[in-house]
Order: sequence, then structure tokens, then C-alpha cells
Amino acid sequence: MDCCGGMDEHDETCTEVKVKDGIDADTVAAAKRLESENYSAGFVTDIEMEFAPKGLSESTVRFISAKKGEPEWLLEWRLDAYRRWLTMEEPVWARVNYPKIDYQAFYYYAAPKNAAKYKSIDEVPKEILDTYAKLGIPLREAEVLLGVEGAAETAATAREKPRIAVDAVFDSVSVATTFREELKKAGVIFMSISEAVHEYPELVRKYLGTVVPATDNYFATLNTAVFSDGTFVYVPKGVRCPMELSTYFRMNAESTGQFERTLIIADEGAYVSYLEGCTAPMRDENQLHAAVVELVALDDAEIKYSTVQNWWPGNEDGKGGIYNFVTKRGDCRGARSKISWTQVETGSAITWKYPSCVLRGDDSVGEFYSIAVTNGRQQADTGTKMIHLGKRTKSRIISKGISAGKSDNTYRGLVSIHKKAEGARNFTQCDSLLIGDKCGAHTVPYIENRRADAQLEHEATTTKLSEDQLFYVRQRGIGEEQAVALLVNGFVRDVLQELPMEFAVEAQKLLEVSLEGSVG
Amino acid sequence: MLKIENLTATVGEGEDAKTILNGLSLAVPTGEVHAIMGPNGAGKSTLSYVLTGREGYAVTGGSATLNGADILALEPEARAAAGLFLSFQYPVEIPGVPVMTFVRTAMNAQRKARGETEISAPDFIKKSREIAKVLSLDPEMLKRPVNVGFSGGEKKRLEIYQMMMLEPRFMVLDETDSGLDIDALRTVAEGVNALRAPDRGMLVITHYQRLLDYIKPDKVHVLAKGRIVKTGGPELAHRLEAEGYDGVLAEAV
Repeated sequence: MDCCGGMDEHDETCTEVKVKDGIDADTVAAAKRLESENYSAGFVTDIEMEFAPKGLSESTVRFISAKKGEPEWLLEWRLDAYRRWLTMEEPVWARVNYPKIDYQAFYYYAAPKNAAKYKSIDEVPKEILDTYAKLGIPLREAEVLLGVEGAAETAATAREKPRIAVDAVFDSVSVATTFREELKKAGVIFMSISEAVHEYPELVRKYLGTVVPATDNYFATLNTAVFSDGTFVYVPKGVRCPMELSTYFRMNAESTGQFERTLIIADEGAYVSYLEGCTAPMRDENQLHAAVVELVALDDAEIKYSTVQNWWPGNEDGKGGIYNFVTKRGDCRGARSKISWTQVETGSAITWKYPSCVLRGDDSVGEFYSIAVTNGRQQADTGTKMIHLGKRTKSRIISKGISAGKSDNTYRGLVSIHKKAEGARNFTQCDSLLIGDKCGAHTVPYIENRRADAQLEHEATTTKLSEDQLFYVRQRGIGEEQAVALLVNGFVRDVLQELPMEFAVEAQKLLEVSLEGSVG
Repeated sequence: MLKIENLTATVGEGEDAKTILNGLSLAVPTGEVHAIMGPNGAGKSTLSYVLTGREGYAVTGGSATLNGADILALEPEARAAAGLFLSFQYPVEIPGVPVMTFVRTAMNAQRKARGETEISAPDFIKKSREIAKVLSLDPEMLKRPVNVGFSGGEKKRLEIYQMMMLEPRFMVLDETDSGLDIDALRTVAEGVNALRAPDRGMLVITHYQRLLDYIKPDKVHVLAKGRIVKTGGPELAHRLEAEGYDGVLAEAV
């Protein structure tokens, strides 16, 4: 890498910015000026890129499909979605405000040049490897293994340094997927969705779009038309995935939208835990991220999906930042299946996201644990939907919203008990914490119940970070910012406990950083 | 030594600002325990908050130094690192933060501010265990969130636990006896007395003489209308108990 904008590198020799194709020097300079100490992932990777022509049209869709050498059915599916999208209107019901998006102003495909040809990790350009290394994401299996060799005997050490397989998505393409061979031995398919389309077409075709149909909503339909890459996971019958799987999304190129598609299938009795992380450089323009995640759990299967979202939130005045308009849904298709969403949302200028569970199978279970932090001028409208269709289905929602600065934080959730959902149960707890007096917290629960025997509980609290607490903590010698972090960590503790351990530590640090400068 | 000279302070803002401390002077030499007694509204709690730097209280005159250093200019956490500890009259609940985590974070923050190294986990646990034993605290309680669901007596004992863990150089005890039954009072007093040392000072704020049977002060001051109006030995506390504030104050004016 010739240069870096990251605040963690104060190398004086690093001031020259090499400008790549498609990015003008002013943008880079502006992005550098915007750098706040708070966002260490905000650097730009300098690498030659290949773009689709700017803007969105039928030919953009065909371009993406052709780039990936897709079969006819997939192209048709995309084109149908595109045509439908043209007739749809952007939803306005969320409690978020932003200027009208010019969908012609984005690149819908951006990939490091020659990315499609990487056969092994050795071919991945150094710039990209450096990028992930800098973000703390290990892409070389040897490096990942280093930490565990010889130490794996005790379960405790193994828990401390677990191996994680990573699919690294850089702008529009997956650049590396680790531990594939080892996973394959267990029968687990873990690869980019573009590859899966070629290698396992029947599986992809069987499940793609069955949880989030092409017609679902404005952003999901857009995603269907232009999705570029993402992760595909299939865990076969009775297999417990031997390691955590993860995808790390990095938006790097300027004026680019990222539209990834993730599809995870846990066959009967299978178990998989999946982590998703995301960051982007700091730019003074807004970037669009409209992903679709589909989860399918068959009989007795369990999927645990965790997200630590740290997209660039924009600067203090609300300039720049990612628009995160994401559709995530899990289908508990089989009896006794379980899907659990855990999310820590600290980034993005705007978050519009409702990871949901369709509890179709009898005795299936859906869970949603969320921490959403907004600071500065961030806006978040997030929550979940629990659709109870099967008998004795259970769902649990724990949402912790933290608002600071001039931000707005809304929990929006739907619990729907359908006619056949005999003995369905839901427990919802929504807690909001306000820091300062210029932010907002809103709770918008929707409950639809068609069963007299359903059991629904809803608890909601809104508290202000109290002067009493802050003073008490500071009197013991803890500085103001650390005091806020401590109190906030206490507030979100029951959700943090749901995260895989190494993610919980990262999330905790992230919370601290996100709330810097939120008091005083 | 804690030295307060001619201290005046107000609470509230603008036109609502009300003078609570009105030329208060007091000196507690290192190694001594002084008690402050006084009727309701005399300014006892205000004094503890002004010394520790709580927001909402404005110092309008005078000075306060701890071992020669001005403390009024410091942030609350810096005063704590300098060795000032307040045992709160109403300890605050901190949901989700276990006692041990809280105290260890505080201890290390203070150590860092003083340029010392952090305490190791085993050392911390060992120390915590010993102190819990002295105070008859259930070790399980120390894993629970700070003060959440604790009884009044447990909260007060937890204040003393924190004090013993942090080993401050100067302690202010604000009505530590309120809400305590006689057994709890005795336990708390034992903890406090264990901290009496030649290099440590203490200011015990109380309504009642009862606490002073257990924590024997070197001097007793009477605070009224924002000033120290009378100073004497331990016998003054007994007189106050027998004659009431009115009698003693009438004589002081």
C-alpha cells in the first residue's frame, strides 16, 4: 500500500496519496481531512479497480451477470427484479431522513482488477491482504493457525483462540475464502455465492430467493437485480460446523454501492455459527449498502448469525457515511429449528434493518439480540420481525438502543401470531439509554395476535444516563469517557453475552470508541 | 492534611443559586479523625460534594487543599486519584457492572493516573477476598452488579469495601450510619477503624452521636448555616446528643 488514511498510522512519509483510476485527488484529500480519530477503519486501499459503467440500467444488470458468467436463469431472475424495481417506490415509513438517493450516481460493480482469477491466497494482491491485516482479519490460514498450534489441547485455550474461516468481500467481489478444504472434509460448503452458482447450481437455485423473494421490498428487489457477491454456506445433515464462519465486508472504492447476497442453509440437525463484520473508508459522500441475507434452518437445525457493523458513520456534521438498507431474514422451515440474530450496530449514517425470523416449523425458536448505538448525526431505525406460523413457536427479542449526540435511534419490531400458531410465545424487552439532551430514542412495537392462547410479553424502558451514576463512577477515579463506556457496557451486558467471545471483546471496544465525546 | 479555608459555595444556577457553604474553615491533620455534626440543611452533604467535585455546586470563594495541593481545580476522577474518597449517603446502582469489575477498573484508573502499574488479577482477587471477610460480605455479592438489589445495609458495607480496596489517603463518610442496624453499624465501623492510620485522614459526617461510639473522633465540629460554629473533643458529641443542637448553637452565637 502506498498510502493509508488510517489514524493508527501516523507515518510522516505517508502523506503522498497515489490516486487511482476513478478517484480524483480532491476526494481523497477531503476524505483525509474528514478522518476522525474515532474511526480507525477509515483508510483507503490504493489498488487498481475495474468498474461497471456508472449508473443503473438493464445493461448494468447484464454487465454484472456476464462478469460472473452466470447461467441464464439467474440473469432472467435479475432482469425481472430490475423491471419490477423500476415500478416500485422507496419506502418512507422509517424514522430516518436523508436526501433523495440518485441511483444513477453509483457504480454497481467495482472489483480489484483480475480479481476473478485469484486461484489461491498467494495471488491476492498485497494491497488487499494488507487491508485485511490492518483491520485485524486473518486471511492466511497459516497465520490463523499460528495462534492455536500446540495450544489446542485444552478446551479453554481453544475457546480463547478459536479458528475462524473467513470469506473476504472487497467491494463487489469475494477475494479470498479461508479453510475451505478443511470445511469440505466436514461436508460444509463455504464459498462466495458467485462460485457456488457454478459449483452447486442446484443448491443455490433451490434456496436463493426463497426467504427474501425478489419482490420483497424496494431495496431487496434492487439487490436481486444487481447483487455482486456474498457468501454461500451449506451445512449438511447432522453436521456441526467445526469452526466459526465469517464474512468480512469492506467497501473501498468511491461512489460504489455494495449489494451482497448471503445465503446460509443448515440442513436437518446441522449447526452453524456465522459472523459478519463490515467497515468502509471515510468519504464525504454517502454510499449505499443494500444487502440481502437469507437463512434457512431445516428440522432440528440451528443458525446463529452475529453482526458487528462498523460502517463509516459520517462526520460530526452528518456529512458522508454509509446508508445501510439491509434485508435479513431467517426461515425456521423445519420443526424444532432455531435461528438467532445478534447484532451490534455502531456505524452507518443511516441504518434501516430488521433481521427477522419466520417461525414456520412447529416448536421452532427465533431470537433477536441487538445493540444499536447512534452518536453524532447518525440515524438508526432497526428491530426485528417474529412471524409465528407453527405450533408452540417461541421468540425472544432483547433490544438495547443507545443514543448520544444529535442522533436518533428507533426500535421497530413486529410480533405476529398467526391463526395456526397454537401456544405461541414471545418475550420482548426494549431498553433505551439516552446520553445528553439532544438525541432521541423511540420504541415502535407492533403486535398482531390471532390466537387466544398466545403468550406475549413486552417490556420497555427508557433511561437517561444519570448524573448520579456518572458522578459516583468518577468519584472512584474513573475518567468521564471511561465512566460512560462502563455504564453503557453494563446497560448492554445481557446482549454482549450472546456474542461469540472474541466478537464480544471487539464489540466492547467499538462501543467505547463510538461513544467518545458523547458527554461534556 | 485536609485544609479548608473560608470556603463559600452555591448550589443551583443563575438567580436560583443558593449559598450553602458560607465561609467554612476546617483543618483535619493527617492521621486524625474528625466528625462533623449538624442539623438538617446545615450544609453537611454539600460539603462532601464540593470537596469531591460534583456538578451543580459552584465554589464562589475560599480554598481546599489536600496535603498542600489545591483539589478544587481538579476533575472528580483526579481528586480520587489524589486519594480523596467519598462514602456516599445514597450509594448509586450501576446495572450490568459487577462489583469486582467496577472496583478493579477504578483501582487501575487511579493507579494509571498516579503513574503506577496495574494490579494483577490474582492480587486483586486475594485482596478482595480478605476485605470481604472483614466486612462479612458474601463473595457472591461481589459478582453482582453494583448496588442493584442490595439492602440499605449491604450498600453501606459495599461503600466501605470499596474504601478498603482503594486505600484512599483521605476519606469523607457521609452519614454512613443512616439505615444501618446496630450489628451492621458495628461491622462498618470495624472496617473504618481498620483504615485508621498515621498517613490517613478522615472526616465523618453524621447526624447522631451513635456512630461516634464506634468510630472515635479526635475532634468534633458543629456545622450550622454553612459554617463551623463550634469545635471540641468527643465530649461535644455527647453534649449535642443530650442538649440538642438548639442548646449548643444558642451558646455558640
